Amino acid sequence: MLSPEAKLNTKLFDKDCEQAPIRKGFGEGLLAAGEEDVNVVGLCADLTESTQMHFFAQKFPERFVQVGVAEQNLAGVASGMAAMGKIPFISSYAMFSPGRNWEQIRTTICYNDRPVKIVGSHAGVSVGPDGGTHQAIEDIAITRVIPRMVVLSPCDAIEAKKATIAAAKTDTPVYLRLAREKTPVITTKDSPFEIGKAQIFWQPPNGKPDVLIIATGALVYKALLAAQNLEKEKIGATVLNIHTIKPLDEKQIIKLTKEAGAIVTIEEHQIAGGLGSAVSEVLSQNFPVPIEFIGVRDQFGQSGKMEELLEHYGMNEKSIFDAVKKVIQRKK
Amino acid sequence: MEVLTDKKIQQLQEQANKIRISIIEMLVEAGSGHSAGPLGMADIFTALYFHILKHDPKKPDWPERDRLVLSNGHICPVLYAAMAHAGYFGMEELKTLRKFGTKLQGHPHRDFLPSLETSSGPLGAGLSQAVGMALADRIDNGVSSGRQIYCLMSDGEHDAGNTWEAAMLAGKNKLQNLTAIVDRNNIQIDGYTEDVMPLEPIVDKWKAFNWHTQEIDGHNFNAIIEAVGQAQATHEKPSVIIAHTIPGKGVSYMERDYKWHGVPPGVQDMPDEPPKTKQAKIALNELRTLGGKIISEHQ
Repeated sequence: MLSPEAKLNTKLFDKDCEQAPIRKGFGEGLLAAGEEDVNVVGLCADLTESTQMHFFAQKFPERFVQVGVAEQNLAGVASGMAAMGKIPFISSYAMFSPGRNWEQIRTTICYNDRPVKIVGSHAGVSVGPDGGTHQAIEDIAITRVIPRMVVLSPCDAIEAKKATIAAAKTDTPVYLRLAREKTPVITTKDSPFEIGKAQIFWQPPNGKPDVLIIATGALVYKALLAAQNLEKEKIGATVLNIHTIKPLDEKQIIKLTKEAGAIVTIEEHQIAGGLGSAVSEVLSQNFPVPIEFIGVRDQFGQSGKMEELLEHYGMNEKSIFDAVKKVIQRKK
Repeated sequence: MEVLTDKKIQQLQEQANKIRISIIEMLVEAGSGHSAGPLGMADIFTALYFHILKHDPKKPDWPERDRLVLSNGHICPVLYAAMAHAGYFGMEELKTLRKFGTKLQGHPHRDFLPSLETSSGPLGAGLSQAVGMALADRIDNGVSSGRQIYCLMSDGEHDAGNTWEAAMLAGKNKLQNLTAIVDRNNIQIDGYTEDVMPLEPIVDKWKAFNWHTQEIDGHNFNAIIEAVGQAQATHEKPSVIIAHTIPGKGVSYMERDYKWHGVPPGVQDMPDEPPKTKQAKIALNELRTLGGKIISEHQ
């Protein structure tokens, strides 16, 4: 059953459930952050509307910098602006920022300790028809490995808006991961959000989980669909939404792992280096249990519709359902 | 800037010589590091820290200060020596260069020395940061801001695309509060710049990116200070000063030789040069007996 504390969208499983692109939440959040703090500035590498920075650019043209198709410069210029007291948000597709400009992000932003917010849109294979060059499935790995970097991966547009507003108030570098396509709106404006605090979205009615499903990004919805199907088969699941991949809510993960004894992690990302790896790093040292990973297995993406690709790469609700069955078997 | 008298020029020349001596002493103590670039840029750093910059070494976080971004972080011995001589920290720190726990990391790092404007080392990224500072300054203070942003760059880092991305944005935004000073010493690690990756016509390249350009002798204090004054007086364009310098300037056996780009005296024997046991002694002797006479060939 849906966790009441999470105050989720009650129409979540309805056919007419509201859908919105996660990136749109960023666009609205940046506008709100800009209204709240004059030091917020926006920089973009020729993808202003596509990354939804255009709301901000239209409202605050004097605080918007168009750098052209130059992602390395995008990172460095933002670092310089942060050195002068600005709170820069830089946006592009995740494949290009933090993909192309990783070293500039490491050195001029993180090593330099500048609170730049790196916004990578079009992450994951769900970008769809554009194909593999534009599907960032390595970005969590390359950002979470950099000291000082906070990594946020919201599950829907409303959470993305909250994450953006919260990011503007932190004094650290932040990577904010966004998806392109419309996906179900899971949370509501009343759902709690705090950087670093994972939330239980689903719990077994009897309070005794057989498995803990740890998910991030838009696939949290697939995790909830799987949990609903599992409940019909009397398999109790806890679904934990990880909007903050770094710093990971280790305390909550360890506590829930002790209750469930087995885990499935879910991310639209390479299995190597992403959320599953981060969870494993914590549990292998604290409370080792069987884990199954849902994610891309050392492959590149390709053109297709979102649902086709999620099925092909084994990231839809059926794959999650099967992984849960498998991991529960491994407990015995 | 205060008026530049003959007496002041002589003081600056003597100061630059002291900084060169400190550079050699630091490098010998460290046993590794870059020699040629720091010696070649000693005059420009002296002009900046002892005449041009609006700064206060006792209040390094003074908000109104000019900003100096060192893009080619590997020449940091000259930055550290200039900062120590200017009073940012004690001279005794210079002997800790590149050692464990030092404020003076092998390439500059703000975590260890907070009075630095940026951490740097990887080439081609400094101008972007300076452009960002200039943009932020303009948002806050408008085009008539009295603050100047200086970016010191190597010629070798013109190979990096990032440099030109930054140059293009500065030209687009007409950042008149930004001055880049290029150390045109014609060497980089693998050899002479025109062999590794030809940069000429370098002035035309900057012009094409809508920058105001000047070419000067980087060892002539009059020329350095006049060029910066002209850059400050230029409206509607960022300025670049291509400063022709002699790598290794002041130590005869190092001058113009790319082999001294990344090594300190006293570490290895080199063909046609003093044995390693004598390199440091010869270098320091030369510098100490110059008495501020490192003067421009065009003076």
